[in-house]
Amino acid sequence: MRTTTGTLPAQLTTAAPRPDDDGRLWNEKGQFPGYVSNDFYAFGGSSGLSCPVTGAHACHNPMVERGTDLLRKMEINVAEAEKRTGKNTVNMQETYTVYLIEIRPADTVPEGGTPAAPDTLWRRYSEFELLRTYLLVTYPYIIIPPLPEKRAEFVWHKLAADNLDPDFVERRRVGLENFLLRVASHPVLSSDKIFFLFLTEEKGWREAVLETGFQDKVDSRLKSLSAMLRVKNPDKRFTALKHYSDELNTVISQLLRVRVKVADRLYGVYKVHGNYGRVFSEWSAIEKEMGDGLQSAGHHMDTYAASIDDILEEEEHYADQLKEYLFYTDAVRSVCRKHELIQYELEMIAQDLVHKKQQKEELATGTVRIFSLKGMTSKLFGQESQEQRESRLAALEQSIQEGEESLKEKNTECHEFVQTAWEDIERFKEQKDKDLREALISYAIMQISMCKKGIQVWSNAKECFNKM
Amino acid sequence: MSVGTPRGLASSGQKPIAEILHPLSAAEEPLSVTVNLGGDKTTRVEFDLPEYCVRRRYQDFDWLRIKLEDSQPTHLIPPLPEKFVMKGVVDRFSEEFVETRMKALDKFLKRIADHPVLSFNPHLNAFLTAKDLNKRQVLALLTKVGESVKHVAGGYKLRARPAEFCAMGEYLDTFTQKLGTIDRIAQRILKEQSEYLTELREYGTVYSSWVGLEEELRRPLEGVAGCVTTCCAALEDLGENMSQDFLPVLREYVLYVESMKNVLRKRDQSQAEYEARLEAAILRKQEDRTPMPVEVEKCQDKVECFNADLKADWERWQSNKRQDFKQLLTGMADKNINHYEKCQVAWESLITLLQDKQTEDKTSETN
Repeated sequence: MRTTTGTLPAQLTTAAPRPDDDGRLWNEKGQFPGYVSNDFYAFGGSSGLSCPVTGAHACHNPMVERGTDLLRKMEINVAEAEKRTGKNTVNMQETYTVYLIEIRPADTVPEGGTPAAPDTLWRRYSEFELLRTYLLVTYPYIIIPPLPEKRAEFVWHKLAADNLDPDFVERRRVGLENFLLRVASHPVLSSDKIFFLFLTEEKGWREAVLETGFQDKVDSRLKSLSAMLRVKNPDKRFTALKHYSDELNTVISQLLRVRVKVADRLYGVYKVHGNYGRVFSEWSAIEKEMGDGLQSAGHHMDTYAASIDDILEEEEHYADQLKEYLFYTDAVRSVCRKHELIQYELEMIAQDLVHKKQQKEELATGTVRIFSLKGMTSKLFGQESQEQRESRLAALEQSIQEGEESLKEKNTECHEFVQTAWEDIERFKEQKDKDLREALISYAIMQISMCKKGIQVWSNAKECFNKM
Repeated sequence: MSVGTPRGLASSGQKPIAEILHPLSAAEEPLSVTVNLGGDKTTRVEFDLPEYCVRRRYQDFDWLRIKLEDSQPTHLIPPLPEKFVMKGVVDRFSEEFVETRMKALDKFLKRIADHPVLSFNPHLNAFLTAKDLNKRQVLALLTKVGESVKHVAGGYKLRARPAEFCAMGEYLDTFTQKLGTIDRIAQRILKEQSEYLTELREYGTVYSSWVGLEEELRRPLEGVAGCVTTCCAALEDLGENMSQDFLPVLREYVLYVESMKNVLRKRDQSQAEYEARLEAAILRKQEDRTPMPVEVEKCQDKVECFNADLKADWERWQSNKRQDFKQLLTGMADKNINHYEKCQVAWESLITLLQDKQTEDKTSETN
């Protein structure tokens, strides 16, 4: 049961190659050259459900923006999953799942021709994780799309929480495809070279990622935490965003938790009706005219009881859509934290500069305004010589100049960060509103479908009762 | 005749039609119902007036039933709702309880009114017309009317029960068993639905709490919360319905089957008595050459009457049972259909609302 949201509608796949593609795939910065189109185009997913009243499509997968060069060139699918065994880092046998990534050129197939075979490679979940970590570190001002959950959480009792369970693997496959499409359709992330290699180079990719040295850029947890606590002038917008993100996290968690309980209960209601099937059948054995009607009605009760399995399976897609945004809140929080860190560093540099300038003033004028060890020692051990003073002054001057340079740099960094981050945040907000809206609509469509099934079964049963 | 609010009266032609008005305020007497012989004026000769309006308590219905059983032992007497209700468990003054009881009493009277023999019973007449049933004279008068056939309690062994009565017995045993199972299933469903309802309510409140966080998503979220609330209300109705209309009827039939088994036992007894007397008489005849005693012949008549009445009543009962259950089960199906329809309407209107908003947005974007 593959979803095919990796494919674009026909009119998009016939886009001609871009004029500035002169054979080079990426430029010196390691970026894929291209422009970003600003129009968003939403297209429906491949789900069979559509609302008969309004014709709206129930979409399993979120809207994917077009307009990135990458998606113009290729279609991306996570087609299959397979079990493998091998030795892990501690030389022990382990079983794991690998996922097949398929890349197809986005050109249309000529009439009567056969579609080109896709380029394929296998990736396991840990490689996806590595990619994501790389993206997180390299683009800290971007809200990086989340991966599907590592272990099944918020599980409704019938579904297994086992990582090797086929249903879980299938849903994970869909989630991984979704992740790739999100990245591929992002105006900034889609140009990343490492991402491109992830899709095209099976063997050498790991080395390539490590070579970028991204691990060195990882901010320590401690650093981030202390930054959070000590920022003097937090940006109000970021504070508000973090607050919203935390609240959204809470509410979606709650929703997922309660939804599981609701599903459990509904399952019980439907299944008990199956008992009617049996008793009607037994009862029909002692009846004459009533027998046939009772027996047939009993079959419909069995059908009713069985129908809940598909209904709840369908609802899992809705839960997955909610989960994606639950995990997105973590990504949002990351961006906010990174901003805090930069802000904190900026404040530290500024503070340090002020301090140095005051020291210089002191030294120049001879007055001691701030306590300093040097000042103390000179008081205790006698004044230093003029030469010593001048060399110290020169050193301070140098330090101050350096400080001013780094302040300017940090300021620019902060400024750029804020600008690029807010661009992405606005983009994200629109995406979130659109996606969740569609998710709610598709949920409503699911409910309607469930009601219709219920009406159908009970109407059939009623007909049988009428024939009693 | 009907108990409670006027309903479609089933009786045909000759029988008296009565309405039982709503019981008097619970403060006075629970279930003191008013039996009103009115509507189409009765054309039955034994009723002096075309209309009567009398007050009856549950124990009066009980009295009637006992009298009917005594005076017409060969017939199947419809059951009454259970006499004793545990005080702690059921609220005898609650509207639902009263309502349920009234419907059962209503059915009781209707079945008697429909019966070709029972409807002519003088006790029924008294029940429907006497101002005060407790008046001694009435009772004294009535006991002289009609002959109560005494049945011998035990003592006689039955030789061979005719096959059709065996079949009846077996049928009743299995039937009552199945009714019990259905009752248990229905109760289980009610329990599961009630637990589902609790969770569903909480589910709705989470959506409501989400509304406060959002701007663009406000409407969809409010909409979903609203739909969930509607579904909760619909589910509540369904549950109420099952406990008030469905379960009582099932239980009533269990009681009916009990009383029918009693009648079958009485039939067996009268057959046993006859056989015993016959045997004794034959022995005596062989010895003394005395003619067949009258009692033996009377006994034989009695048995044959009993068998005939019972067979006829059985057929009527089967036919009524079929109608009753057809009605009961189609009613259950209807309520479920109704429930889903309500939910569907709610969700569909949400989609329309959201789709409209979408087209509204698109047009404002292009403008």
